[in-house]
Order: sequence, then structure tokens, then C-alpha cells
Amino acid sequence: MTQSHAQPKYMTLGEGGLAAALAALAFLSIVIAAKAYTPEYAFHAYLFAAASAAGVFAIFNRFFERSDDAPPLEIDGKPNYNMGPVKLATLLAVFWSIAGMAAGLWIALELAYPALNFDLSFISFGRLRPLHTSAVIFAFGGNVLIATSFYVVQRTCRARLAGDLAPWFVVLGYNFFIVIAGTGYLLGITQSKEYAEPEWYADLWLTIVWVTYLLIYLGTIMRRTEPHIYVANWFYLAFILTIAVLHVGNNAAVPVSLFSPKSYIVWAGVQDAMVQWWYGHNAVGFFLTAGFLGIVYYFIPKRAERPVYSYRLSIVHFWALIFLYIWAGPHHLHYTALPDWTQTLGMTFSIMLWMPSWGGMINGIMTLSGAWDKLRTDPVLRMMVLSVAFYGMATFEGPVMSVREVNSLSHYTDWTIGHVHSGALGWVGFISFGAIYCLVPWLWNRPLYSLKLVSWHFWIATIGIVVYITSMWVSGILQGLMWRSYTNLGFLEYSFIETVEAMHPFYVIRALGGSLFLVGALIMAFNVWRTVYPREQLAPAASLAPAE
Amino acid sequence: MSLSTSLWQKHWILERNSILLLIGILVVIAIGGLVEVVPLFYLRGTIETAEGMRPYTPLELAGRNIYVSEGCYLCHSQMIRALRDEVERYGHYSLAAESMYDHPFQWGSKRNGPDLARVGGKYSDDWHRDHLNDPRSVVAGSIMPAYPWLFTTELDFSHIAEDMKAQASVGVPYTDEMIANALADVHTQTTTDAPDSAELARRYPKAQARNFGGNPNRITQADALIAYLQMLGTLVDFKLYDDKANIR
Repeated sequence: MTQSHAQPKYMTLGEGGLAAALAALAFLSIVIAAKAYTPEYAFHAYLFAAASAAGVFAIFNRFFERSDDAPPLEIDGKPNYNMGPVKLATLLAVFWSIAGMAAGLWIALELAYPALNFDLSFISFGRLRPLHTSAVIFAFGGNVLIATSFYVVQRTCRARLAGDLAPWFVVLGYNFFIVIAGTGYLLGITQSKEYAEPEWYADLWLTIVWVTYLLIYLGTIMRRTEPHIYVANWFYLAFILTIAVLHVGNNAAVPVSLFSPKSYIVWAGVQDAMVQWWYGHNAVGFFLTAGFLGIVYYFIPKRAERPVYSYRLSIVHFWALIFLYIWAGPHHLHYTALPDWTQTLGMTFSIMLWMPSWGGMINGIMTLSGAWDKLRTDPVLRMMVLSVAFYGMATFEGPVMSVREVNSLSHYTDWTIGHVHSGALGWVGFISFGAIYCLVPWLWNRPLYSLKLVSWHFWIATIGIVVYITSMWVSGILQGLMWRSYTNLGFLEYSFIETVEAMHPFYVIRALGGSLFLVGALIMAFNVWRTVYPREQLAPAASLAPAE
Repeated sequence: MSLSTSLWQKHWILERNSILLLIGILVVIAIGGLVEVVPLFYLRGTIETAEGMRPYTPLELAGRNIYVSEGCYLCHSQMIRALRDEVERYGHYSLAAESMYDHPFQWGSKRNGPDLARVGGKYSDDWHRDHLNDPRSVVAGSIMPAYPWLFTTELDFSHIAEDMKAQASVGVPYTDEMIANALADVHTQTTTDAPDSAELARRYPKAQARNFGGNPNRITQADALIAYLQMLGTLVDFKLYDDKANIR
């Protein structure tokens, strides 16, 4: 090494500590693998050992490569932003979007054509469905949130991301959690709590990663050179903190043994149901809403080059949203053995939630005041604005479905699936795609490969969403009505299997809608790939038409 | 005007102090959850008094663990709502008491297949074996996957006593006697006309003991799963249950 000054290079406390912790984890994992009760758990223990060893190697490798001093916080008076982890999370988000949507398309086809289960355990519907939901929500959505939040917090605080190895630990550790969770489902390792399927050891790992995420976020905000904490950061902070609380509360479990993948949730029956939907509905409220509203509050104003419509509206709707959302869980449990008072509270707050939701929608869409013409010329902005419109639609439909009488029809049917997907594809999907189309050119500092392809993505995916949600409305309402249909002699008119057979055409149409959405995502992946790895410097890529 | 302006300016305190903002968020999100969850643990009306509830036998518990690991709840609810058509289709609406030992609950949220809360005793073991092996051989229009591996995979119950200890630690009333006899009880319950079946029934009233999986020479995952399915909803005797006494 050719250092100019004689001082020897030392490992930082963070480097040494993390390397030692990972080495200890690798050792522990090998012991667990040797004594594991099941081969599936041993496989996971080996994965932990391999990943920890790779982590130790990467830390030493980085240590020998790096310069003596820590990277400066500022260069020439400008913040020295740390965008490496942001870039990685952005690319991983694109990868997981394809994987998660492909899994979704496959299980949609399994429902239409059950022969596609092929009598194989690891691709049977019950094991693949959590893979789909986790891959799109936590892998795709989670990486989008980590990428955008790390980007936004640095830019709006005008400060370098806190931590040296920590941001890499969060991105890599989070994605390792995804791998453990996903392979676990395929091997039959799940606690079968909806959207909280990973077993105790994966949950523990995620807790460590998530607390690190919170500390980095908070540390960066504390480092800020701006006097005020920008509104997008309130939403991100509420998302990170609340998800931590929900995750720990809902996954409180007693493992059978250190050597067993199996654990038992400490809650039982009706209390477990309430805790589960307190978690489940706020995975929607905070993971899929508050976090993505953080994206709205940074990327839409930035892309439209207009200030946020109303500062006061953002204050009111922020506090109202996070206060009201937490109460909404019991609307998943209408007419069940949950006490009526809890159901009524859940329904009441779900209806009130309509107001702050639309406050957010209005604030997002009205930010375009004075720049509406950009919708004609900029397909990325169009995508993000349509996303907010879908947010408004889904958050109107949600309160309607939370009304007991409506819910008596919609619950247990595809109407719920349709509702979730108008939020997931229309709102979360489109705002994520929009953010990725913004981020990639900003991060790699070159124009997007093709705006025309963005336009294709927009239209193909939009048609896909409409096909998807309308087919699910029809099938859901149809099945709900068939279940409660009586003959004029007072007998139930349809056997259960007749109502299943009636769903077939809609399941085929739904798969068609889903495949259109997947095609859109593939177009995006190609566009991102070509932007990040341009073939040659041929003609300059199309750039934004100036807004006059 | 000045009052409202000063109120907006008060928000600056939170916008300029990250720790205060964090605490503010924590307080605001804590309220709803606390109000809805905590009373369920002490309000006496939450779980009805119903005769007959008992912990799962070791075999039923192993079967339930297979139900959980295959993700059956994604298509089958175990929660009959208090609605006329559901009660006529599936039987008495589900009581909170009926899932009081369920860690985790398996009420489900979607019915791609029918509710299973009271499926116990509705079909023969033979039917369940055919159905799990090839659903469309008994229900032509079924969209359920086939589960042939359940019949070829040995049931691993060597650690089932540890499972029961873990369950006991979260409040399921497994006695030391139950835990000590766990392995023997699995053998008893999978044997038709087993000599110890009276002992099993004393520990676990209404426990059904017979060869569920169809092959008397081995204990497979199918034995455990079918034993679990055949006991679902059979513990509470609704001829004796007084719902007026439990009006909440």
C-alpha cells in the first residue's frame, strides 16, 4: 500500500465490531446446522453461515481497499452523499418486482388451472402465495422504500447518510431476510400469519436490520443542515417506527428450540386475530401507505418542479392518518368471534380514515397546479399522478368495504383481492415505477434510455390493472351473492363447488390482467438496464421536453 | 388569525426536533392499538364459557402444524360468521372459545375453498385420503392442489413433546402427564382398536383413535393432518351450549 503518511491503518470500531459479530453468527449457524431438527432448517442455517462469512470477507476486503480516513461529510462545501446503497436497493427493487409479479401470475393461473400445481410441494398454491405477497410487498416495495428513503433523507437534510457500513448492512441484511423468508415458504417454513409468515429466526434477524435502519434514518436527520425536517421524512419516520412496533408485537413467539424452525405465537385465538389485523392492516397503512406517501411528497414536487400544494394540509393529514389508521384493523373481522365493540370501533375509524387519505391525494395531485401540461409530455409524472388517483380510489373503496353490511358480502371473496390490487398495482406499483424512473437517471447521472418505453409501460400496465380489478369485482360480488342465494323453498341455492366453478372465467381474465402488468414491469427492467449499462454512446437518449 | 398562526408555528417544534417528532409519532400510533387490543385480555365476555374445549392431542397438534406449514388458511377459513347462510351451510357460528388454544389462530381471510371450522366428522377418512391425494377424483370442479407427498412423508414427531412444552409456556394447559406420554399417545391415536385408547380419551376427551392415513404400518403426515381435520369443530357440544348465557 502506498500511503503518503506513515500512520498505520486501523479498522474502525464499526468494521471490527460487525466483522466479529458476523463471525460469531457464522459459527453459531454452523452449530445450529449440525444439530437442526429438520433438513430445511439446516439449509437455512448454512445460508446464514455462508452469508455471515461473506460479510466478514467483504468487510476485510473493503478495509484493505479503502483510504485511511473515513469519507468526508462534505466536499467543497457540498454534502458528500452516499448513494451506493441507494443504487443497489433500486436495482434489487427492479429484480424483485419481476420475481414477485411472476409468482403472482403463476398462482393466478393455478387457481384457473389447478393442474399447474403439478403435485409438487414447493409450488403448491399454499406455499407460493406467501412468496408472491412477500416478494411484491416486502421485497419490491421494501427495496423501493429503502432506496427512496435513503435518497430523500440525504437530499432534504443536505447531509451524508449516517453510518459507514450500516447502510450496506441494512440493504444487504434486508434482502437476505427476503431470501430466508422466500425459500422458507417453498420448503414449508411459515407461521401462517398473513403477511407475517417468516418464522422466529427470520423475524429476529429482521428486527436487528430494522432497528439499524431506524437509527441510520434518525442519525441522518440529526445531521441535517436544514433547520426543518421536510414533510417526506415525517412519513418515512412514521413508517419505519410503526413497522418496528407492529413487527415485534405481532411476531412475539416462543421457539420450540434453538434447533427447530418452529415457534408458537404467544397470542391465541381471538386475541391473536386482533393482534394479527392490527399488524396486517397497518402493514397496509404504514408500509404501503405512509412510506409511499413519503415518495409522493418528494418525487412529485421534484418532477413537476412545483412546491407541495399545501403545507398545512400536509400537517393535518399526516397526524390524522397515522392516528386513525391504527384503529382500522377489526374491519377484517366483521361478524366473527371478535367482540362487537371492537368491530364497531374498527369500522368507525375506517370510515373516518377516508378524510386524511383524500387529504393526501388532494395534496399530491394539486401539487401539479401550474404544471398540468407536463402530464402530456412526461410519462413518468403521468404515472405518479395516476398512482395518486388510484390511491384516492382505493382509499374510498376501503371505507365502503369496512362497513359491516358491505363486508358481510365482500369478506372471504375476490372483492378483497381486487381491492388490494387496485391499491397494490395502481397506487404502490405506479408510484414505485415513477420513483425508479426518476431515481435511475439521477443516481447514474445520465438520461433515461427511453421515455417512449415509459409510455408503453404506462398504458400496458394501466390496461392490466383495469382488467384485473374489474374481473375481481365481478367474481367477488358474484360469489358473495351466490353464497347467500336461497331458492323460493328456502334452501341454499348453490353448493360451494358451484360457486367455485363460476369463478373460472374471471380467474382467466385476472391472469390476463396480471400478465399485462408483468409485461409493463419487464419493459421497465429493460429500460433501467439500458440506462445503467448503455451499449455505446450512440444518439443521445430522448430527454424531457421543456415545460413552458 | 394570530391564534391559528401561532398554532401552525407550534408545529415547528416538532419539525425542528427529530426526537420530539419520533416521540409524537409513537404516542399517536400507540393509542388505537392499546384501546382495541388490551381489553380483549381482561373483559370477561371476550371468550365465552363453553364446555368441551381441550388442548390438541400430540397427533392433532402435529397435524395442525402441517396445516400451518402448507398454508391451508390461505384458501380455507375456520371462522363461521353469524350470518344465516353461513350457519346453514357450515353449522353453528364459531365461538371465540373454540380457538382459545390456537397459536396462531387460523381464521383465514379468503375462501377459495369452503370453511373448515366444523369439517370434523362430515366426511369419512377414506374420502379425505382420496381428496388429499387427488381432489378432482371426488370433487370434479375442485381447484385445490393435490397433496400426494403427505402419504409418502413419514411424520416427524420425535420432538412433539418439546412443541407441547412451548405451547404450555404460552398458556395452553398441557399437563406434565400429557407431555410425558406425548410419543406414546401418537402411537395410540394412529392405531385402530389400540389398547390404550381409554387412557388417551381420559387425557383428551373425544379424541378419536384409529388409523387415519390408510397404511397401518407407518405413521405419515396424512395420518396427522386427517386426525386434525376430523376433530375440527367437534369439541363443543352445541346441543348443550347455551348461547343466551353468553350474550355479549
